[in-house]
Amino acid sequence: MSVSTARPLGRWLVRALPLIWLALFFLVPFVITLKISFSTPATAQPPYLPVIDWSNGLQGWREFFYALDLTNYQMLAADSLYWEATLSSLVYAAAATAVLVLIGTPMALAMARARPGLQPILVAMVVVPFWTSFLIRVYAWIAILKPEGLLNATLLKLGLIAQPLEILNTPLAVIIGLTYAYLPFLVLPLYAVLSRLDPALPEAAADLGASRMRIFCTVTLPLAMPGLVAGALLCFIPMVGEFIIPDLLGGSETLMLGRMLWIEFFSNRDWPIASAVAVLLLILIVGPVVMFRGAEERREEALR
Amino acid sequence: MQFPSLTPTDPLLRIDRVTKRFGAHRAVDDVSLDLAAGEFLCLLGPSGCGKSTLLRLIAGFETPDAGAIMLGGEDLARQPPHRRPVNMMFQSYALFPHMSVAQNLAYGLQGLGLSRVEITERVQRLLRLVKLEGFEARRPDKLSGGQRQRVALARALAREPRLLLLDEPLGALDRALREETQGELRAIQRRLGTSFVVVTHDPEEAMALADRIVVMDRGRILQAGPARDLYEHPATRFVAGLLGDVNLIAGTLGLEDGATRGVHTAFGCLRALPSLALADAAAGTAVVIALRPERLQLGTGDNTLSGTLVDAAYLGDRVRRQIRMTDGTMLRASASLPGNPGDAGIGQSISLGFAPDAAWILPA
Repeated sequence: MSVSTARPLGRWLVRALPLIWLALFFLVPFVITLKISFSTPATAQPPYLPVIDWSNGLQGWREFFYALDLTNYQMLAADSLYWEATLSSLVYAAAATAVLVLIGTPMALAMARARPGLQPILVAMVVVPFWTSFLIRVYAWIAILKPEGLLNATLLKLGLIAQPLEILNTPLAVIIGLTYAYLPFLVLPLYAVLSRLDPALPEAAADLGASRMRIFCTVTLPLAMPGLVAGALLCFIPMVGEFIIPDLLGGSETLMLGRMLWIEFFSNRDWPIASAVAVLLLILIVGPVVMFRGAEERREEALR
Repeated sequence: MQFPSLTPTDPLLRIDRVTKRFGAHRAVDDVSLDLAAGEFLCLLGPSGCGKSTLLRLIAGFETPDAGAIMLGGEDLARQPPHRRPVNMMFQSYALFPHMSVAQNLAYGLQGLGLSRVEITERVQRLLRLVKLEGFEARRPDKLSGGQRQRVALARALAREPRLLLLDEPLGALDRALREETQGELRAIQRRLGTSFVVVTHDPEEAMALADRIVVMDRGRILQAGPARDLYEHPATRFVAGLLGDVNLIAGTLGLEDGATRGVHTAFGCLRALPSLALADAAAGTAVVIALRPERLQLGTGDNTLSGTLVDAAYLGDRVRRQIRMTDGTMLRASASLPGNPGDAGIGQSISLGFAPDAAWILPA
């Protein structure tokens, strides 16, 4: 009897586990952040008001809710700096995603077409750099890109340039850093889809008279689209909120929401406005993604 | 042969001493083969015998290490797959899953300089050919196995190739559908006059489909000919066993004395027709007599054997008997109904006989 009752409970637990995880580590922090974004900064501990007065019972809660307002969001809307940072974050992420697609697609294709014995080694070569610290790898890019760095030294020595190139602390450095850091997140999902494609499909297309270019555009690419979209989203979303790469490679001029958030939170100690930026970031990313996925699903449905 | 007007000197396809190696393994080993225009040819053999590799060599997906493949007198070596006037139907069908049936059929027609209207017309004609009118908007995953097979066939025929290659075209169908489809495939081939080369591991399918069967093993051609020749006059024990059940009786060759020849076996001297390879063989050569179960009859004949009936199975259209011979070997005799009223019961002794021209002497 204990078995028959324990089983459904166990099954229920297994099913609920992802939900519990999401609730604990996404929903609860999000609600707290949302709450803080409606608060007012204060020189106190914690550095915002109101705080729920538990000793006052229901009255305390009521006072708490009355004290919340949208001031921070009004500030965000009024200050063009935040709009510029938002737009600039989206442009950086979009540009880096475009570069990633251009570099990652041929990479994933080459991996999927390599000898079966070679493929695990190629996958490992993509993944292994990520076993070292992210920070160290970004610092390494400073060493490469700085005026007296590896890249300039090499180019000067080869006589290709007369003056060192200004790359570090420019938008180009941010794009290079983002592209480098996120490449595996684009390559691996795309490779997963491409390596599972029936190798007879491109052969059948060639047999029916299609050139390599036509095979790629009409067979390989449409069938790899789910992997490409998944990979691109996997890169685009965190890149919009990226902080370390623009901070280390882009210099103090770089306008990105992640940096704004950091500055508000740690330099200005303005938790409420930092929370409002975080909520804005979330809406900015999740909204379009949900809409995009919905459109994709409807398109798939319509085709069936 | 079905096309007597065609002489072997002007074949549509000529495979001339082609060898293909994968590492140290010779997948296709010095194979030569001619194919007449309009011929229906089957490459038959166990998996790994090189038949699929040979097909892929013709299609251009593999390049030969030695030898030449000529189509209509033209060397195909320099032509990549998409330029060859040859089309292939894939074992997995390889239908484009993101395209409708009509889009799949039209894929090969784009780039031929046809107008939109012409393409639509040809797609409709193909749909009629494989009896799939009304299915143009369906996606492949919404079709049954048999329908998918027909789309694959129609797509491969869309460009009106001179030669169609089919890799296990019926392999994914269930038994009942396969027999029906065999007939359709033959009818379409006869109607279009296109040469077909089918790869199959199923001897029954090869016999049902082909004008000529080419038996392959370990990269080499063992024997080629119409099904009847291969079944009744196999060149080797392998071919004899591949095309159907066969009794093999070991012995040594007797002296040459006429069209049939004696073989000394454990059951006395039996007479049978010698195969070509044994035409001038010396007496005493080790041989086997290959005898189909349906040619081994109850009662006595020119060659008479006796043994003990071990089992008799009623199979509807025939009765299959197993007979243990005096030396312990088992022979199978298959008799069409009705049986002899004087049938022996299980465990009783039984007499068997066969005509000398019903059996075939092969190298041991």
